[in-house]
Amino acid sequence: MLLNQFLLLSAVLFCLGVYGVLARKNGMLVLMSVELILNAVNINLVAFGAFRTDVGGSVFALFTIAVAAAEVGIGLAIVLLMYRNRRSIDLTQADLLKG
Amino acid sequence: MFPRLAAGAVSEVSTVTNEANWLLENAWLIALLPAISFVLILFFGKKMPFKGAEFGITAVSISFILAILTGAAWMEHRDNFTLDTFGEKAAVLVDDGAGSAVDNVTLAVGTAAEAAGGDGQAYVAVQKTTQWLQSGGVEFNAGIMVDGLSVMMLFVVTMISLLVHIYSTDYVGGDRRYTHFFAFLSLFTASMLFFVLSDNILQMIVGWELVGVCSFALIGHWWEEKPNSDAALKAFITNRVGDVGLLVGMITLFFAAGKGMTFDTITINENILQGGVSHTALVVAAACLTIAVMSKSGQFVLHTWLPDAMAGPTPVSALIHAATMVVAGIYMVARLFPVFWEGMQIDGSSINFLATVGAVTLVGAGLLAFVQDDIKKVLAYSTVSQLGYMAMALGVGAWTAAVFHLFTHAFFKANLFLGSGSVAHAVHSFDMKKDMGGMRKFMPKTYVTFLIGSLALAGLFPLAGFWSKDEILVNTGGWGILGGSASAPGSYTFHFVMGMIGAALTAAYMTRCVYLTFHGEYRGGHHDDHAEDHADDHGHHGEPHESGPRILYPLYILSAFSILVGFVNFPPGFLTGSKKDPAGWQERFLHFIEPAGSSYFPAVGHATPSWWLAIVASLVAVAGAGAAFTYYFVKVDRLAQRTGEHLVGLPNGVTTTNALARAGHKLLVNKYYLDHLYTGIIAGGTKGPIAKAAYWVNQNVLDGTVDGAGRTAVQSGKLVYEKIDQGVVDGAINASGRTSAAIGEELRHINTGRVQNYAAIMFAGAAILAGAFVLLLAL
Repeated sequence: MLLNQFLLLSAVLFCLGVYGVLARKNGMLVLMSVELILNAVNINLVAFGAFRTDVGGSVFALFTIAVAAAEVGIGLAIVLLMYRNRRSIDLTQADLLKG
Repeated sequence: MFPRLAAGAVSEVSTVTNEANWLLENAWLIALLPAISFVLILFFGKKMPFKGAEFGITAVSISFILAILTGAAWMEHRDNFTLDTFGEKAAVLVDDGAGSAVDNVTLAVGTAAEAAGGDGQAYVAVQKTTQWLQSGGVEFNAGIMVDGLSVMMLFVVTMISLLVHIYSTDYVGGDRRYTHFFAFLSLFTASMLFFVLSDNILQMIVGWELVGVCSFALIGHWWEEKPNSDAALKAFITNRVGDVGLLVGMITLFFAAGKGMTFDTITINENILQGGVSHTALVVAAACLTIAVMSKSGQFVLHTWLPDAMAGPTPVSALIHAATMVVAGIYMVARLFPVFWEGMQIDGSSINFLATVGAVTLVGAGLLAFVQDDIKKVLAYSTVSQLGYMAMALGVGAWTAAVFHLFTHAFFKANLFLGSGSVAHAVHSFDMKKDMGGMRKFMPKTYVTFLIGSLALAGLFPLAGFWSKDEILVNTGGWGILGGSASAPGSYTFHFVMGMIGAALTAAYMTRCVYLTFHGEYRGGHHDDHAEDHADDHGHHGEPHESGPRILYPLYILSAFSILVGFVNFPPGFLTGSKKDPAGWQERFLHFIEPAGSSYFPAVGHATPSWWLAIVASLVAVAGAGAAFTYYFVKVDRLAQRTGEHLVGLPNGVTTTNALARAGHKLLVNKYYLDHLYTGIIAGGTKGPIAKAAYWVNQNVLDGTVDGAGRTAVQSGKLVYEKIDQGVVDGAINASGRTSAAIGEELRHINTGRVQNYAAIMFAGAAILAGAFVLLLAL
């Protein structure tokens, strides 16, 4: 069982996702990066599930996918509203909560 | 369930797995079909050629046929299910030792079932239950319970609903939310069927609320107009008040009678009847459930939503008032009758809460029906009044009479509502005084059906209302000099008198209503402003004309039923049958519906009917009708013909000449000021004067106390302040404050407001935690 390779792939995806979330200015791309992170987690879950011949891993991955769908729905709504109000989805400009 | 079977000999067994008729076991189909139709209409309704109506009508028609077949199956079951066969089957089961608690059909058999009669017939309810979930030893089941009462309700609900569906295709034809209307009609029917089939109190609560939600949606069908949406809200919120009573009552029952173990209706009823349930708990439960009945079934002080609910389309009013919604409260009492029987000690008593609420409602609402100008409101108050009859009958222990009245009332009240809708459809108004009068010339067919409905409601021999009303009056047992019967459950004299007054009132206000609507001269035809709204597809501005067949045929059918349904329960001694079947038609309803001799129903006495009482009650009704007839048909009509005016009353009538009568009239027009009480005093008071008073108390009393204490404290505080506080404590506090301010000043730079910076901090934190975790594992 090639567990390590899967974990490596997932780690790479995760890092890409984190980079995207932290570094991109575009709200859409940040959302996509969040999806990358979630999918990295999914790969981990499925990989461990397969490694331990436990179907639970896949089940949890399915749950994650469902949650991710809900999350991206809300995320897109936020980005859309942001665009309507500011004509821009640049995240660096959204700093109304500045202390 | 199963362990109870093995507990003892057959005679002590209360439930047993058994084979019952397929129809009885699968009565849930009847409720399922309209529910499916609801979903279909919602998703596909608008695309269909008849805009979704076909789904509703098909589903309810099939349900209706199934309900008839189920009724027949029940009669067969009731007559042929003997204790011998029951014993054999039980014995087989004990031998098997097998059986699962899930998904089995159980038949409730009384401990006293053996004593039920020498013929060995037993009244055995068919129950089919599936476990939904189990938690902490408590089973949450979903199931159906089929006995005479639920079979009767299935028939009434599906029949009225079917006729209302057909009627609605014409009445709301062309409405902008036609499809939506039919969807909710289906859901309403399904909810009520679900409610009457419930075999446990939890399911009953769900059905009860579902019915409430559907009525909200349908009453507010034309929500663009503020009064309509207000009426819907009022119905919903008033019912919430009663729902508190329902919840508290059901919870009390669950813990007291269900022993905190079961929600099963039969078990709860059995436990109560076998004794050992705290009487105090039963009193609380019965009182709380009565409050629930007061809101749902429009009993006095919480009835105010019901006349306002007339804002909904007329077919909905017919459905609400005849078959669904308002009879839910009556049905609930009938289903959980032992709670009231024991809790209120109905037997051998002469007054109790439920019966008195019913009696007051009966007369109070009957009086209100006199001053209404809106034809539907007359009928609405009439419904309230008739529901008062039913609640009173249940309160005095006349179970069968109450259920029988529910049965007959459903038909003639639906008849009257649909009839009033037919008239309103022609004149585009519900105002009897302004827009009606003389309608018998324009709509003779509607007139005849409406007249039949009115006579049945007034309780004149031999129409349906006569038989059920008479049975209620007899069973109050409070009619001493008319040859009272000792076998009635109690002797409720007050309630008997109220029942008599109610009979006279009913006859009188229906006479007034018939006169104002159908007799005299036509007063309408002057509303050009209206005509434009409705001119769309009717195209008749001038004289009103008779309604179409889809409105008339339901009226014919209901009129026939209004005449005939009283015959299913002839009192003993009336029309003795043939030699072969001596009982003939006597008390067939009682035989099939009342669970006498079953384990979950108390031994209720039945009064022997009296010819005298029947005659006197009829005379009272005739007198009521006669008084109104003399006033309207003779005096007003004659004066109108002499002067040539359009009159709706005498110009020098008693309400204008007599101060007391005028005051009474004003009280009635203002509906006993109950709406003022609710919105003005209770709701307004809470936010107005009471809030102000609370503020005053707060400012003067509480603050005064606090101030006094404060001043004392200040004196002593000063000492402490100067010595300890300023020196020691403040120093420390100020130091810590300055420190936090300084730290905060630094930290606020982190708070950039940029989400990505926050994310970076979060990831950093997560990374540190992950690192710590790995380190911990490694150590």
